[in-house]
Amino acid sequence: MAYASFADLLLAAQTAGSLGEAVVALECDESGASRASVLARLESSLSVMEDAVARGLAGDAHSRSGMTGGDAKLVSEKGPCLAGDTFSEAVAGALAVAEVNAAMGRIVAAPTGGASGVLPGVLLATAARLSAPREQVVLALAASGGIGGIIAAKATLSGAAGGCQAEIGSAAAMAAAAVVELAGGTPQQAGHAASIALQGQMGLVCDPIGGLVEVPCVARNATGAAVALAAAEMALAGVTFPVPLDEVVSAMGSVGRSLPPSLRETALGGLATTPTGKRLAAEPAQH
Amino acid sequence: MAQQRSVFDIIGPVMIGPSSSHTAGAVRLGELARAIFGGQPVTADIVLHGSFASTGTGHGTDLALVAGLLGMAPDDPRIPDAFAEAAEAGLAVAFTTDDLGEVHPNTARLVLHASDGREMLVQGCSVGGGDVVVTRIGEFEVAVSGDLPVLVVAHRDQPGVIAGVTAVLAAEGVNVASMEVSRERRGASALMIIETDNPVAESSLDELRKVAGVTGVRTVPAV
Repeated sequence: MAYASFADLLLAAQTAGSLGEAVVALECDESGASRASVLARLESSLSVMEDAVARGLAGDAHSRSGMTGGDAKLVSEKGPCLAGDTFSEAVAGALAVAEVNAAMGRIVAAPTGGASGVLPGVLLATAARLSAPREQVVLALAASGGIGGIIAAKATLSGAAGGCQAEIGSAAAMAAAAVVELAGGTPQQAGHAASIALQGQMGLVCDPIGGLVEVPCVARNATGAAVALAAAEMALAGVTFPVPLDEVVSAMGSVGRSLPPSLRETALGGLATTPTGKRLAAEPAQH
Repeated sequence: MAQQRSVFDIIGPVMIGPSSSHTAGAVRLGELARAIFGGQPVTADIVLHGSFASTGTGHGTDLALVAGLLGMAPDDPRIPDAFAEAAEAGLAVAFTTDDLGEVHPNTARLVLHASDGREMLVQGCSVGGGDVVVTRIGEFEVAVSGDLPVLVVAHRDQPGVIAGVTAVLAAEGVNVASMEVSRERRGASALMIIETDNPVAESSLDELRKVAGVTGVRTVPAV
């Protein structure tokens, strides 16, 4: 079992040294696998993420419907237009993986397929900026898994159950905590970063055009990455969030249950039912 | 069917996109159907229901099901080319959509045929995050998740068959995680679905086939 609360994870991190180490230690205990084999498996997931970023940035990942593909390349080639390198790279990376996902490419669900771009976008751009050793990046990935496990236990990671806040919101919280730890922040700061990222997307609805994981999902991976970086920036500077992460997560779950079914992955509301949304949904696939 | 939540359930699975339920889960359903059928069929008539019917094409659910029938795993890069792979492998597929009634929105019904005319119906649903449940085999209601190896035993409904089967498993040191027995009607054909903690050895299968009343035995690996 994963940690059931951030309070539990924080306690374990005191002994283990970091959130990532605490997650790896529990995984070893539960599965009987060695530390080396758990790290190796996480490292192979990291490689799949890197490959997906590279493929998306190359621009050849177009979805079957023709609605998505090519934006990651655009941002990567034109950027940074306004923001810094790390921010622009994170946005491009998030778009890249989300486009590869929509194009039936190989990705790591993190925590879901629809939200698979946020974590690689933010984590890999940050790792590049910090020239972080590979094992530290793998441990940051483990830390993000710990945060995701808590959200799964206390709320939900499913857009159908809790709206987009449960998918992109959770991914942003996971990514924010991961990069705070990677940048040398404390476990407490990582928790504040996750809280800030999640509160920033509280109430976000799941309204996919045509019911497909394309529009707005691909763009939302990029905006989710931006939220994650903003949250990490604040937490690393010492900004705290007054509501503890466990309570923020419970609030997100409660908001998710209050969302009408039309805004939970049914394509019956939000952008899906705009005139353009309906027109795009009715058009035959171009690919 | 207990779900263990490991860090790899959150950072993972590694899969072909776009959807863990509509794509990765559909591959696993196809894999399970192939294993339950006992190999690759020559034709597959597939009915998509609910959300599988309305958004399945956009999510590649059709390709994913066929990929699974061909024995591919959810992260196989050939999944987008599954139709071409099927044609090459001699598997003819036909898709229709229908309302299958009060079932999970992500449900598919696969009617599979072997070259000798043997036919089998396998129905299942994708319940989220890549988790699936096979809910029907032929006329029998079942619940097979693919999380553990499964032993499928077709038999006649008569006293002593269950004891005979479990005796063989006990002798082999195979631990039963769950067991489900159903029958068409009293004294007619019946089906045992046994989830085991470890796979059943080939030698035990021969012993199981010798149990009085047993008419067929098949193992379905965890997928």
